[in-house]
Amino acid sequence: MTQTTTSAPRDYRALSRESASRALQVRVRDVRLRGWLYVLPALAAYGLFVLWPLIQTFKYSLYLWDGVAPPQWTGLDNFKTVFSDPDLVSVLEHAFELIIFFSGIPVVLGLAVATVMQRLAPRRLSAAARTVLFLPQVVPLVAAGIAWSWVLSTSGVVNQALSAIGFGGVTRAWLGDFGTALPAVGMIGAWVLLGLCTVLLLTGMSKIDPALYEAAQLDGAGAVREFVAVTLPGLRQEIGVCVTVTVIAALSAFDIVYISTRGGPGNATMVPGLMIYQLAFFNREVGLASALAVVLMVLVLVCILPIQWLTRKGSDS
Amino acid sequence: MIVARRTTVLGGALLVLLMALILLPFASMFTTALHQSGTYPNGLDWPSQPQWGNFGAAFQAANMGAIFGSSALIVIAVVPMSVVIAMMAGFALGQLKIRGGRLVFLLFLLGLTLPFEGVIVPIYYEIRGMGLLNTRWAIILPLIGLFMPFGVFWMRAHFLNVPQELSEAARVDGATTWQLFWRVHVPLARPAVSSLGILMTVWTWNQFLLPIVLVDDPLERTMAGALGAFQGQWGTDIPLLSAGSLLILAPTIIVFVLFQRHFVAALLQGSLKG
Repeated sequence: MTQTTTSAPRDYRALSRESASRALQVRVRDVRLRGWLYVLPALAAYGLFVLWPLIQTFKYSLYLWDGVAPPQWTGLDNFKTVFSDPDLVSVLEHAFELIIFFSGIPVVLGLAVATVMQRLAPRRLSAAARTVLFLPQVVPLVAAGIAWSWVLSTSGVVNQALSAIGFGGVTRAWLGDFGTALPAVGMIGAWVLLGLCTVLLLTGMSKIDPALYEAAQLDGAGAVREFVAVTLPGLRQEIGVCVTVTVIAALSAFDIVYISTRGGPGNATMVPGLMIYQLAFFNREVGLASALAVVLMVLVLVCILPIQWLTRKGSDS
Repeated sequence: MIVARRTTVLGGALLVLLMALILLPFASMFTTALHQSGTYPNGLDWPSQPQWGNFGAAFQAANMGAIFGSSALIVIAVVPMSVVIAMMAGFALGQLKIRGGRLVFLLFLLGLTLPFEGVIVPIYYEIRGMGLLNTRWAIILPLIGLFMPFGVFWMRAHFLNVPQELSEAARVDGATTWQLFWRVHVPLARPAVSSLGILMTVWTWNQFLLPIVLVDDPLERTMAGALGAFQGQWGTDIPLLSAGSLLILAPTIIVFVLFQRHFVAALLQGSLKG
C-alpha cells in the first residue's frame, strides 16, 4: 500500500521532468532576474555602511577638513604628510614591527606546539590545550588588554616572577618604558593569536597523508628532515591563512593598544588605527586621518595579496 | 607509532606550561579582583581575606545590569537581521546563480580584509547626518553592513555545496523561489547558520571601535565598549577594574564553552575559506 503511494508520484515526476524541462528553462531565466531581490538587502546594508564610506574616505583624503568648516581641496598633500611627517612615518613602522609579534611568534610557536600536540602529548591533554589556547580568541580584546596591562605593570606577575628568580634588576613598567612598550604590546597580540594559529595548523597536520611520513622514515629521514620535507609543504595553505589573518590583525591593531597604552609612552606604541581615531576625532584633521586610512587599507592589500597568491598556487599543484 | 614515554612526558609538560601561560592573565585578574578595593596588590597573590563582594561592587559601579541589557538589545537587533540577509544573498549567489553574481561576489570579497578603521571616519559623519549619533542604531546599522562580507561569503560557500538537483526537484514540484528558499534550503542550512550566528554574536559583544566613536553613553554601548569606559573611570582601582573585566568577559567564555565545537569549527572554516 505504502509502496504504491510513494512510487506513483515518483514515476510521474520522472515522466514530467522531461516535459517540464523546457518550461523550467524559461522559469530559470526569470528566477535569475528575481534572484537579485535576494541580494538586494545585503547589498544595500553593505553599500550604505561599507562601500559608500569607503568612497568617502578616498574623497576626504584629498581635502583639508576640520569636520566643521567647508573642506578645502589639497590634492595629494595629505599623503605627502603621511609619508614625510616623522610621527606618521613612525606609526607605519610600528605597524610593521607588530607583524613580527602578531604573525611571527604565533606561526613559529604554533608550528612547534601543534607538532607536540599531534605526536607527543597524551590525547586528553591535547583536547584540554585546544580549549585553553582558544580562549583568547573569544574574550573581548579590551578585557585581554586590561588583564595584560596588569600583568605587565610595575607590581604585575612578570616583575614578580623576574624578582623571584633573581632578575630584580630588569623589572620595569613594561608598557610604560620607551624601549619595551611596543614589544610588550606585540606580546599581547601574540598571546591572542597563538591559539588560532595552533589549532589551524593542527587541523592541517591531521590532513597530511601518513604514508608520506612512512616513506620519509623508510628513506631514513630524521625528525627535523621529516618536518621540513613533509610537514611544512603539507601545511602551505594553513600557514598562508595564519599569516593572512595575523598580518591583518597586526596592521589594524586598535583595541589592545587603545586599552594598554593609548599609543604611549610618547608615541612609542602609536599604530595607524589609533592614529586615525586621534587625528579625526581629537585633532580635527579629518583629511589627514582619511589619507592614513587609505594608506592602511592599501598596505593590508599589498601584504595580503602576495600571500594569498603564493598559497593558492601551492594548493592547486 | 611508538613514542618513547619520556618524550610523551616532556611534550605533556610543555603543553601544561603553555596552558599556564595562556591562563596567567585570567588568574592574575582573578586573584587581584579578590583584594581590598583601592589597594595595589601584587600580580599573583591570593588574599588573606578574599573580598567576594568586589564583584557585586563592580556590578553596581558600572551599572552592569543596564550594560548587559544594552548589549543584548544590540545583539538581538544585529545578529538575526545579518544572518537572514546574508543567507538570502548567499542563496542567490550560490544556488540561483544570478546574472552578474560573480561581480557582486567580488564586491563583497573586497570588504573581507577591510580594517574597520578604514571606514570609521565617514561612518561617523554619515551617522551624524542621519541624526543617529549616541543611539544604539549607530552601532547596529553599521555593524550589519560590516558583517556582510563575511556573512555572504560564508553562506554562499554553504549554498554552493548544496546539490543543484535539490532545487530542480523542488522546482518541478512547482515551488516558488521563496518556497524553495524558505522551505527547502533554510532548514538544510541550519548548521552553517548557527555557526555564523554564534560568531556574529561574539563579534558584536566584543565590538569596541564603533561604540567608542559613535556612542558616548556607556549604557547604550556593547559590552566591550562599556568596559573601555569603565577602565577610564575606575582605572586606578585595580581590584574593582579586575572584577568588572571578569564579569564582562564571563558571558563570552560561557558561550564559548557551550558552543565550543561550533565555535572552533566556524572560526577555522571561516579563516580557511578566507
